[in-house]
Amino acid sequence: MTNWERFLETFFKPEMLVKYWPDILKGVAVTLELAAAVIVTGFVMGLGLACLRAYGFRVINAFIIVFVDVFRALPPLVIILLVYFGLPNVGINLPSFAVLWLVLSFVLAAFAEEIFWAGITATPKGQWEAARSTGLTFSQTLVHVVLPQAIRIGVAPLTNRTIAITKNTALGTVIGVPEILNQATTAQSFTGNATPLMMGAIAYLVLFVPIVILGRWIETRFAWRRA
Amino acid sequence: MKRPLLEIVGLTKSFGATEVLREINLAQDERELVFIIGPSGSGKSTLLRCVNRLEEPTAGRIMFDGQEVTSRSADLNTIRRSMGMVFQAFNLYPHMTAIANVTLALRRVLGRSREEAEQIGRKALADVGLSDKAESYPSALSGGQQQRVAIARALALDPKIVLFDEPTSALDPELVGSVLAVMRDLKSGGMTMMVVSHEMRFARDAADRVVFMEGGRIIEQGPPDQIFGRPREERTRAFVGELDR
Repeated sequence: MTNWERFLETFFKPEMLVKYWPDILKGVAVTLELAAAVIVTGFVMGLGLACLRAYGFRVINAFIIVFVDVFRALPPLVIILLVYFGLPNVGINLPSFAVLWLVLSFVLAAFAEEIFWAGITATPKGQWEAARSTGLTFSQTLVHVVLPQAIRIGVAPLTNRTIAITKNTALGTVIGVPEILNQATTAQSFTGNATPLMMGAIAYLVLFVPIVILGRWIETRFAWRRA
Repeated sequence: MKRPLLEIVGLTKSFGATEVLREINLAQDERELVFIIGPSGSGKSTLLRCVNRLEEPTAGRIMFDGQEVTSRSADLNTIRRSMGMVFQAFNLYPHMTAIANVTLALRRVLGRSREEAEQIGRKALADVGLSDKAESYPSALSGGQQQRVAIARALALDPKIVLFDEPTSALDPELVGSVLAVMRDLKSGGMTMMVVSHEMRFARDAADRVVFMEGGRIIEQGPPDQIFGRPREERTRAFVGELDR
């Protein structure tokens, strides 16, 4: 057996490809579902927290800052394990999919809050003053004048962060969420062959390369000249 | 006797230990153009910004059109509808077209329908000579055009007074004229205006009254002829004399 044949045998064994692609496909569906759910809840929560923070209630802001710092500091895997194995001890049994979804949403929300908040504070004071001088309320100014600008400022870092967090759906494998990596490692442990893992890697590429390209497109699209 | 439209009584403003306005008293009648001059740091802009409470006065009262602006219970959002403000840096919303800049408050504050707001907005843009720029974004407009859009934004709400905070200071010299022309039109249309600016020629031509400030106080006020021709106060004379040189 030549080296080349050994390589193909290890990573691209035809029987394996045929046998396991339905499993990997199931994993793709789960990963997609998870990623979509995490992006939606993470962004909504992050934006909501940043807006809430703009109102400047001291006690609430202290909570927001603690939440954001803790979830940005801890490795997501640590939080996932803590929640998945810890909560049942206090009588809360969440399915592994829900745990992964919640934890990654919180992590994305923490990062998104900081990004939106940075955008809000980067919006010039004159924008607030102009809007308030025409009789717009604080909330109206936030929604119609400041947020559109803050969100544009945040698009580039948000895109990167979104890619980073959605890739973390692979962490679900340690608590048995049947996403791509979980399907692949299960198949690998049955067969002792790395082909399913390679299939998983390819599935991730197929999923995420378009997202990376989309991210670049969004960045250029949203970069607009400042007056 | 008719009450003045705007009445400022004993207005004081401190930033920490620094007093930038000390016991300012100033009254302005309807249709009057009051022009505030003075060296930088004299408190002119702060005075203007206290009038619509973008800056919170430390002490004193401001009455406007029968309402106390400085009252704790004052409904600022309502009061501000009838006080237009034009800024040195224009402060147009960069993510909106000219017409959207002008109509935002019409729709959100006055609750006009889209059609109604568009109509009023286009009229306001026409009044400042920018009918053809309604769909342009601020970044595509010159400084002079941006400032005129900002004036249209203030005028669209049909204010009782317009506050101008150094409206031409950020403009290239050749663009200043277009903005002053719009202000002149406003004046002849009977708009009440309070202007902080260094455009002395404009003050001489168009102002009803010139107020000279220094060190947070009003040193002297009177018709342009008096302030620029025969000032009574030594400090006014020094400041105006400096300008002529």
